[in-house]
Amino acid sequence: MSTNRLSILKTYKLYIGGQFPRTESGRSYKATNSKGDHLANMCWGSKKDVRDAIVSARAAWKGWSARAAFNRGQILYRIAEMLEGRSEQFVSELVSMDVTAQDAKEEVQDSIDRLVYYAGWCDKYQQVFGTVNPVASSHFNFSVPESTGVVGIVSKEASPLLSLVSLIAPAIAGGNTVVVIPSYSKPLAAISFAEVINDSDVPGGVINIITGKATELAPALAEHMDVNALVLGNESDELDKDAILKGTHNLKRIVAYHEINWKTEQGQSPYFILDLQETKTTWHPIENIGGAGAKY
Amino acid sequence: MATTKKTATKKVAKKAAPSLKFNTAWEYAPALEGTSHVTIAPQYELFIDGKFVKPESGKYFNTINPATEANLSSIAEANAADVDKAVKAARKAYNGAWGKMSGAERAKYIFRISRMIQEKARELCVIETLDGGKPIRESRDIDIPLAANHFFYYAGWADKLDYAFPNRKPTSLGVAGQIIPWNFPLLMAAWKIAPALATGNTVVLKPAETTPLTALKLAEIIQECDLPPGVVNILTGAGATGAALVQHNDINKIAFTGSTEVGKLIQQACAGSSKKLTLELGGKAANIIFEDAPLDQAVEGIINGIFFNQGHVCCAGSRLFVQESVYKTVLRKLKDRMATLIVGNPLDKNTDIGAINSKQQLDTIHKYITIGKKEGAEMYQTDINLPRKGFYCKPTLFTDVAQSSRIAQEEIFGPVLTVQTFRTEDEVIEKANNTPYGLSAGVWTDKGSKIFNLTTKIRAGVVWANTYNKFDPTSPFGGYKESGYGREGGLQGLAGYLHI
Amino acid sequence: MSERSIVRPDFRHSPSIDQVGAEERAARFTKRSIKKESKLQGLHLALSMIDLTTLEGKDTPGKVKQLCYKAMHPHDALEGLPTVAAVCVFPSMVGIAKKALEGSKIKVASVATAFPSGQSTRDVKLRDTKYAVAEGADEVDMVISRGKFLAGEYNFVFDEIAAIKEACGNARLKVILETGELGSLDKVRRASDIAMHAGADFIKTSTGKIQPAATMPVTLVMLEAIRDFYYETGIQIGMKPAGGISKSKAALHYLVMLNEVLGADWMTNEWFRFGASSLANDVLMQLAKEATGRYQSADYFSID
Repeated sequence: MSTNRLSILKTYKLYIGGQFPRTESGRSYKATNSKGDHLANMCWGSKKDVRDAIVSARAAWKGWSARAAFNRGQILYRIAEMLEGRSEQFVSELVSMDVTAQDAKEEVQDSIDRLVYYAGWCDKYQQVFGTVNPVASSHFNFSVPESTGVVGIVSKEASPLLSLVSLIAPAIAGGNTVVVIPSYSKPLAAISFAEVINDSDVPGGVINIITGKATELAPALAEHMDVNALVLGNESDELDKDAILKGTHNLKRIVAYHEINWKTEQGQSPYFILDLQETKTTWHPIENIGGAGAKY
Repeated sequence: MATTKKTATKKVAKKAAPSLKFNTAWEYAPALEGTSHVTIAPQYELFIDGKFVKPESGKYFNTINPATEANLSSIAEANAADVDKAVKAARKAYNGAWGKMSGAERAKYIFRISRMIQEKARELCVIETLDGGKPIRESRDIDIPLAANHFFYYAGWADKLDYAFPNRKPTSLGVAGQIIPWNFPLLMAAWKIAPALATGNTVVLKPAETTPLTALKLAEIIQECDLPPGVVNILTGAGATGAALVQHNDINKIAFTGSTEVGKLIQQACAGSSKKLTLELGGKAANIIFEDAPLDQAVEGIINGIFFNQGHVCCAGSRLFVQESVYKTVLRKLKDRMATLIVGNPLDKNTDIGAINSKQQLDTIHKYITIGKKEGAEMYQTDINLPRKGFYCKPTLFTDVAQSSRIAQEEIFGPVLTVQTFRTEDEVIEKANNTPYGLSAGVWTDKGSKIFNLTTKIRAGVVWANTYNKFDPTSPFGGYKESGYGREGGLQGLAGYLHI
Repeated sequence: MSERSIVRPDFRHSPSIDQVGAEERAARFTKRSIKKESKLQGLHLALSMIDLTTLEGKDTPGKVKQLCYKAMHPHDALEGLPTVAAVCVFPSMVGIAKKALEGSKIKVASVATAFPSGQSTRDVKLRDTKYAVAEGADEVDMVISRGKFLAGEYNFVFDEIAAIKEACGNARLKVILETGELGSLDKVRRASDIAMHAGADFIKTSTGKIQPAATMPVTLVMLEAIRDFYYETGIQIGMKPAGGISKSKAALHYLVMLNEVLGADWMTNEWFRFGASSLANDVLMQLAKEATGRYQSADYFSID
């Protein structure tokens, strides 16, 4: 046994459809910290990678949205379990990306807790936000929230892991599938998180993560006709907002969370799930309503 | 009276080709709704800050009766300066009396509006029919009562908003700019104004240029209800007026009902602003009939789905899917039913299908009918005479329609139905969802588990199972995908007007 | 019977009916506004379709004779009135009615088959029917065995109707479903199908002894059954709503429904009847109002 063993460097790749491919563009960029340490070579994802991810997300959506809510809850909880088990890895990764040890520890813990929080919501938000509507005719009428579909998410630099988790969890808890663009400058935890996801019974394609430049990739998400919603969780000045919003030709639902501090209480609520839900209302006749006996 | 023997002969003779004869034994004499109780002024001004004021533009346009093409009134056209005046009035009211008022007090004003609409129902329904061309039966039994009910429903929410959104203290947005279409003029005004007021906002509403009259009558009602000036402002005008409203900087909320095309423009215009936006746009709904459906009721659902309000309904069941095994039966029943539809003077209480809302819309419908024929679909229209003056269209069916056909893909917004057949559930679900729209759908089957399979998998905001085109103030309405976002009606309808 | 071969489909497969939808459709007929000449035409038609009925234990030959006179002379003060279609009585009164109506075209209809309950044996029912026919009944109004029907013994019900039809000879058979005892519109539809396939010339809602009697939705479902049967076989079947239709306005609503479901071929008393006792006078009062322009009082119209 040698004590001068050469350590193995990790290759950070993209996460698409439950696989870890390199970017089809073959491009990479250097992830560094403030000290100038070269942390890793990240995939510099392309618009084509985004399109592939959208295709995967669309394919996965049918099954994921049809899963029992209870099952989705278990899978979210499983992600939390896996993250807990790998806490130290994430702490050290965050520390390497300039987060203080104390903050890193808290961020990982908060991220785990957030996943548990949304795991619990999976089979409850429908009860809180669904309604039975007392229409003035012989009909039973009820409204339930349903997933919007494929959701594009742009995450931010601050609290890179917690932001990512806080954006992904409510979206998938609600039965959506996602294509996520993590922070360009602090991307390591995102891909490590993909590895956690991959080990957590999350079906391939439900979560897709493309590292790269948001300025390049976010408009590709915005322009794509098969993306139903766009969550802008990035820093507010990072992207040309108009270019993104104007790129939406299919009436995307657009939600902006620029101002939200994920570290606070404000960072979690079932209303984040509701932001990516449609309301479906169903009517059906009721026989003999409004009185005893046959009135036909 | 025939003897049994004669009857028997007749029976045998009939066997060749059974067919039913309609509209020959007993024709209904005209039964016109009276108009003597109705007052339409020769000219209407803009309703700003509680008063009717002349437009800065100095311009007026005519609104006509599409059933006769006769001029009804001259209507002020608001320009950007008028919009600015109205928004300032609304802002003043929001910062003043209305914004400071308790929910309970606001509620009382809204209840008042509801009651006043009920009191004036007969006048309102006649004006709705005169200005828009819809049959008096519908404006009397559906539009006006539902409009009153909508105000009544939302009035009750004004002091109960904290109960609507758990763990939140919702607050109003400010000034809402609202743009409504011509298919349900007063009802759409109610759908917009009632929740906005209940949540404590003030309003600038623009009715459609072809149907401004009932909104202006509503302005008179609002005046009569003593609402503080500026809480509701009503600006008449066309697209440019709407655009000025959308672009105004001091508006916190835009609510639009209309075409998907304009909806996209509005989304883009609001991009990058903090304006909250809800859109209720087009549709191309599938109405799906399974072989085990209650077929006679299903046929009535098809009729209500496509011929209600001349087909000028965003949630119209314009794509009919019939399971192959009952296709012939359904088509026969449908044609028999269509034969009894009375098309004509909207003021006649017996009219089922009134006038197409405008020349422009009639041209659009005719364009699609031509396209349908060119695409090789087989057209069927009922054998009736249309009035010579006014804009009318015969109820129309297209069979042998391909999924790729334009008439099966694009919203026609008229009494034109496409018919396709299907074999399996999966096939029809796929076809039903194969559209950029997602507003509504209909499912007809006697089997509960099949209903839930369909209602779960169909991507649409409203699914009618064994019924169609039902509306209620408590029932959220709105679309998936390109049919828009946000909901109107019900508790969910409050969300678009609140910070939650 | 020879021209009609007996087919016995699986009646469990009668089409399903959605009650709320049927009610909505029925209500829509009532939105038709029947005015002026169409009202006059409708009232005349309604009068001509009435089966003037007395089915009381206390019926006397005198009452039946009076009713027959009323049938032939509904209201002589008004000119150009049609007579009613038939007089409907118990079998024991058939002979009296037949004699009283001699020379008119008015039919004598008799209830039979242990009316109104139908609670007797096949044999008694057949003899009841044959007796009425022998007495001169042109039409027989039978009741189905509701107990057997509700127990799902559709073949029993079918066979019974077929047997009674045979016993009727040349008399036309009206089959009373007693819809007020059937419990759902699905059952109304199923009973209609059984009756028509078994040989009914008419299907009829009610005895008038059970509430609810005729309603618009029930009649609609039966008219739709007749329509489907007609398309399937080419055979025309008549319809008779009975009980509870006492006002002209209601009668006009039924005629609107008939006009728009079955159309012109059924708009005659050969194929449609109202089973009613007090409807005639209300129709007469409306006709008098149309003729004089004044609303009428019941004091001016004979109660028979």
